[in-house]
Amino acid sequence: MTEHLLEATGVVKRYGGVTALRGASLAVRPGEVHALLGANGAGKSTLIKILTGTVRPDSGSFRVGGTERTIRSAAEARAVGLASIYQDPSVIPDLDVRDNLRLTRTPLDAFRGWMAELGIPDLPLDVLSRDLPLPTLRIVDLARALAAEPQVLILDETTAALPADLTERVLEVVGRQRDHGRAVIFISHRLIEISTLCDRATVLRDGQTVGVVPIEPGAEDRIVALMLGPQAERPETERATGPVAAGIVGAALLGAEAGPGGADAGPAPTAAAAPGELRLAARGIGAGSRLHDVSLELRAGEVLGVVALEGQGQEELFETLAGARRPTAGTIEVDGRPVRFHHPADAIRAGVVLVPADRLQALLPQRSVRENVALPFSAPFRRWGLRRGAEEPRKVSAAIERLQVDTRAQAEVRRLSGGNQQKVTIARWVALGVRTLLCFDPTRGIDIRTKRQIYALLRELADQGAAVLLYTSELEEIRLACDRVVVIFGGRVVDVMDAALADEPTLLRAAYALPPDAPLPVLDEAAS
Amino acid sequence: MSAPAVAAPAARPGIGRTIARNQWVVGLYLLLAALLAFTFLIKPGYGPADIESLAISVLPIVFAAAAQAVIVIAGGIDLSIGSLMALTNVVAAALMAQSGEVGAVGVVLLVLILGTLLGAVNGILVVVSRVPDIVVTLAMSFVWAGAALLVLGSPGGSAAAWFMALADGTFLIEWLPRAFVTMVVVLAVIWIPLRRSRLGLSLYAVGSDRVAALRSGVPIGRTKIAAYAIGGLLAGIGGLSLSMSTGIGLPVPGPYTLGGVAAIVLGGVSLAGGRGGLMGPVAAAFILALIRLDLVFLGVTSDYSQVIQGVVLVLVVMIGGLVELRRRRA
Repeated sequence: MTEHLLEATGVVKRYGGVTALRGASLAVRPGEVHALLGANGAGKSTLIKILTGTVRPDSGSFRVGGTERTIRSAAEARAVGLASIYQDPSVIPDLDVRDNLRLTRTPLDAFRGWMAELGIPDLPLDVLSRDLPLPTLRIVDLARALAAEPQVLILDETTAALPADLTERVLEVVGRQRDHGRAVIFISHRLIEISTLCDRATVLRDGQTVGVVPIEPGAEDRIVALMLGPQAERPETERATGPVAAGIVGAALLGAEAGPGGADAGPAPTAAAAPGELRLAARGIGAGSRLHDVSLELRAGEVLGVVALEGQGQEELFETLAGARRPTAGTIEVDGRPVRFHHPADAIRAGVVLVPADRLQALLPQRSVRENVALPFSAPFRRWGLRRGAEEPRKVSAAIERLQVDTRAQAEVRRLSGGNQQKVTIARWVALGVRTLLCFDPTRGIDIRTKRQIYALLRELADQGAAVLLYTSELEEIRLACDRVVVIFGGRVVDVMDAALADEPTLLRAAYALPPDAPLPVLDEAAS
Repeated sequence: MSAPAVAAPAARPGIGRTIARNQWVVGLYLLLAALLAFTFLIKPGYGPADIESLAISVLPIVFAAAAQAVIVIAGGIDLSIGSLMALTNVVAAALMAQSGEVGAVGVVLLVLILGTLLGAVNGILVVVSRVPDIVVTLAMSFVWAGAALLVLGSPGGSAAAWFMALADGTFLIEWLPRAFVTMVVVLAVIWIPLRRSRLGLSLYAVGSDRVAALRSGVPIGRTKIAAYAIGGLLAGIGGLSLSMSTGIGLPVPGPYTLGGVAAIVLGGVSLAGGRGGLMGPVAAAFILALIRLDLVFLGVTSDYSQVIQGVVLVLVVMIGGLVELRRRRA
């Protein structure tokens, strides 16, 4: 039996009612680079936070170098030989580099040596960290960790925002850790990096370790299969039940009073979408280093899905389209005319609104459902601050009713369930008559029934002429709600496909920018 | 934005960089010099005795600002500084009334320990209760003010002669008030070792970026408590400075809590934490006092004088914000 350098078993972590880890395990041998993989929300980051002492597990045992350990703080983690680099560098912005090194008791000579190896040999140490560019800070962070000579170095998406030449250098330096019998845990969404650098991979799914795979040619297929889980027959059943279920809920949503709209929600809404006029278009937009040359067209009557792994630029895309961020390149068009949004209010006025994942970002949690729905009516101080007379209450009531918001706890929105809160957010825009909805993971942390209701609702709104852009982190939901899907990787659109053909394996492969495998009839030009 | 941005910013020589980094403080001292010159201009007779009384009057506000600065740098705030000063002031005055000249040394040490402990109590309450610091310390300001009245029901007590001499008269030359020398020595003895210690770095780290500090292995709670304790120590010194300059104990908090906040804001300490030092707030305390004095010399009535002081404070801080913004854009 091989002696493991680091061994975590039976790790459990709950956040309130949500279980992030349910018995995850990870065993790392000396002299290996070990990849930690899993789809969005599989529990990778939670496991890493536990290993580095910033989050306490509910249960689980940890052995470092063969001895049982508890890791209660970042300092303790470092003391037992675990160092980690996070997505954002752990450098104090208001201290200069030298003081940052002193804070972590990093030997200066070793740090300088690693900086030279990593390609920045002459960084002045008396520069405030906040005046350094982000890639440099990442390198500083990495050099500092290496200088502490950790037994296990943990890299969480470190290469995600590095320029290509530095990435290569980092991978090369990190790979050499093996030679000293040390180990590296490597998290990346770039499977190419994993296949060139890593020896083995542990795959997490739904908070559990589902497999440990040696990295060899063809391992990608096993990895993707593990990430997806046992679902050989699932696509078929979903294909059958999905749209029908949505249709039923959609019909239920309309209710008796809603009247005319009811007919639209036929049994198979996915089939309904005959694309209408062009509503919102992005023409080659970019956002700094996170988004490059993204073009997409959103038409009335369609739900356009966006699929991406975490942090591939989807946040930036939605923020840009919603006016919360100015594009650094390209243009946005609404109804065929180029627009410039300086503020989300501009976008709202143009009929483009964002429904964020975090409900509380959009709502006033301590006010009533009615007030929350009515907010946009009063926001622009129409008619010198007077609220609209008879029209507003009627529209508000209609929207609340139509969306079947559970109004038992309507006095304060914060008492509603997450699903109902999200309905309130959407109801607000429905009441205002908004025609373009940008929904960013609107069902995050919502129970399955309400989730389906929300998808059905979006579908129905689209069928009545709205245009919906929908990012969801749950791939299996794409076919329920969308007509087409764009796949984003590394800030670029890498694929566009028909939602009916976008089953989970296909989407996951596309999201990792892997070539689609031949047997699946996904794209005609699939040849690899 | 990408590849070329990796290199370090254009290398400037070390001293130039130090000045660039402390632009604001350098600017404040230039402003202070200009104000002094202006004072001599509008009041020709302004001389050593006036400088001395200026230094004495500024002493407590400087310590209040220093106390607040340490806490704010660590990402907190303490609205009980003024009450803490009143409490330590009356304790010192009440004890010195009985201690005699030599025993007063013990009283000073005791009051310093008391201030530190009371500050630590504030810190522990903030960290453990997780109630916002502004609420906890506002509540504690009533507690400490009440305690001050319990110690001394009305102004009274006394101070040792050698102790009062620390703030009285001049040092070596007639233009150098002893109060100023005392202030500089005390602040240097506390601040310089602190700034160079790991605790000092931790204060900045916690105030600057909690998450990064946590990941760098800084114990957040303990560091915050330490910041409040050091703040308490400096507030205790502030209370002693009140004894020093008045010779008695006054059980009513003076305007030192908000006066201190004004001085640190003008002095370049970011209320968001992590930025600033003590050099700026010291200069700012003198600037604010000089502005008040000059307005008196100019014959501005106290009502207008207050308005003008407020406007000057806002304007200077706004200009500072604009300069910083331009620097970032550049």
